[in-house]
Amino acid sequence: MATETRGAPRTVGHAVSGDTLLDVRHLKMYFPVTAGFLIQRKIADNKAVDDISFSVNRGETVGLVGESGCGKSTTGRCILQLYKSTDGQIIFDGVDLNTLRGNDLRRMRRRMQMIFQDPYASLNPRMSIRDIIGEPLVIHKLGSGSERRERVAELMRIVGLNPFYASRFPHEFSGGQRQRIGVARALAVSPDFIVCDEPVSALDVSIQAQIINLLEELQAQFGLTYLFIAHDLAVVRHISDRVVVMYLGHLMEAADRNEIYDNPLHPYTKALLSAVPIPDPVLERKRERIILTGEVPSSLRPPPGCVFHTRCPIAIDECRQVIPEWREAEPGHWVACHRV
Amino acid sequence: MPPLLQIRDLKTYFYLEEGVVKAVDGISYDVQAGETLALVGESGCGKSVSALSILRLIPIPPGRIVSGEILFDGDDIMKLNDDELRKVRGNRIAMVFQEPMTSLNPVLTIGKQITEALELHLRLDNNAATARAIQLLEMVGVAEAERRIGDFPHQFSGGMRQRVMIAMAMACNPRLLIADEPTTALDVTIQAQVLEVMARLSREFGTAVIIITHNLGVVARYADRVNVMYAGKIIESSTAEKVYGDPRHPYTLGLLNSVPKLHQATGEKLMPIEGSPPDLVHLPPGCSFYPRCTFRIDRCKEEFPPLQLVAEHHYAACWVDVTKGRPSSNGN
Repeated sequence: MATETRGAPRTVGHAVSGDTLLDVRHLKMYFPVTAGFLIQRKIADNKAVDDISFSVNRGETVGLVGESGCGKSTTGRCILQLYKSTDGQIIFDGVDLNTLRGNDLRRMRRRMQMIFQDPYASLNPRMSIRDIIGEPLVIHKLGSGSERRERVAELMRIVGLNPFYASRFPHEFSGGQRQRIGVARALAVSPDFIVCDEPVSALDVSIQAQIINLLEELQAQFGLTYLFIAHDLAVVRHISDRVVVMYLGHLMEAADRNEIYDNPLHPYTKALLSAVPIPDPVLERKRERIILTGEVPSSLRPPPGCVFHTRCPIAIDECRQVIPEWREAEPGHWVACHRV
Repeated sequence: MPPLLQIRDLKTYFYLEEGVVKAVDGISYDVQAGETLALVGESGCGKSVSALSILRLIPIPPGRIVSGEILFDGDDIMKLNDDELRKVRGNRIAMVFQEPMTSLNPVLTIGKQITEALELHLRLDNNAATARAIQLLEMVGVAEAERRIGDFPHQFSGGMRQRVMIAMAMACNPRLLIADEPTTALDVTIQAQVLEVMARLSREFGTAVIIITHNLGVVARYADRVNVMYAGKIIESSTAEKVYGDPRHPYTLGLLNSVPKLHQATGEKLMPIEGSPPDLVHLPPGCSFYPRCTFRIDRCKEEFPPLQLVAEHHYAACWVDVTKGRPSSNGN
């Protein structure tokens, strides 16, 4: 089970060990900003993701956290080749996905799936549950009609839905059940790797725990590898083996999940952790908090030097001029900060 | 001194084609002057509707306040006519909503929107109102308030818009501020900023606050007292310390157990509440939580338990004493 391997420090940066499934190297995703009527011309780059590197080992969960607009979802979409990245390599099981085309890419795509945030918007309201869950099988031309029906029923049982309801439509299900449908769809083609993009943030608290437990059970059962994108730090701590913190398109810090929560090095990580109120009135009211001033700058005009310096409580001149290097400050603990 | 706000047996129903939704079904509570009360619960539990009912902001039809008493600072809100009600809204009771973009008027400047209330309720002239508006914006931490007063809502970020909403709400120095999920749409670092501003102002002005949220952490930090709601009813009520430290309703217990804790290293599995939130049109006859409850007994199926005193200043609506007796497995 995946939890047995938790706790051991592992490499997060570029160092690639034998069981690395995904290795992201110097990934950049710039969206062009255009202007003009009829003739669109590019006037600027929106640097959604700007030179990030991290790796994900087979069978583990890496949590990718950050606030809205930090580029965490864009990173997930680049990995799945839903966006054509501007630069960098996405090495999945030894192959750089950014160089693949056509059938080669389609074959690799079968091994990677996605679970979306909004269970209301990510299911086609006109399709039955059977068609939704079975669609990836059709796309990848797997099995005959009756085999697919059998597989859909099996998948529904796996995620805790009664196959009896396969001919029903999404609106007949609650939010939690719809998210289970989304999970079943992702599992249909037996992937190795799933990008979970805020899979529980639209759900009620009591239902979130159901889906988190389901994801953990499936990981143990099928040896899945997850990239878990979320803004809820408590959920990320619970489900991840390692955590990567992003801010304005850059990586700030990455480490083992308990290490990053107990011993955060980067001032942004510290502020982020202290901003989350914990559900315990006695502890919470005694906590010292770091309240950041100001807001996240626009990724159209990111600050020079360290992108966090405009809000950083300990920034010095160097931070305003020089981009800090992404380095391993302690074994398995990576950080980009001049002051660490 | 009598409580600032007294709500007695409030029922707000919505009459839909599918049937009657009993969004708020017989709730009673008090708010003391200056205190912060949290209404907690999941979507559809009636927490927002119960707060909107205080200002009679329920759309009629399909909604209707079926019965109940709302006594605020010497007035019986249910008996006020429209003119009298207008003098309460935004003046003595103010509101902050979840989505600042949809609650600000996009075609009016921020200054115009703040001064409107000042001119209407406090009868200030234009210059005095503008000066006060600038002062309010400075108070909530909007930089360069003098210049920004001429800006439109879209020129502000989400966090800044919510600050503007708070400035508007505090404009007439209300006795009661109702904040409906004020920071749910915001990022955590911005959420912390906005909540601190709200807490500081309510302390300085002695404003009572009803904060409506599903975030158990926010409640733990800011609320003096907590009402936990489920399916239109208050099922537990006490101080924050007691509700978190010694929960007496199986739903509260389940809710606290199901959230992962940021401050604890866990390797264990979460304990979710099984099943789904109830369908408000077809509620079970007894306790609405019965189908999901791990403590249930036969009596719960038939009779709805009243909210009763279970410890000092601590009320819960449950037939079972959750401090005794282990939960039965969820299938008995």
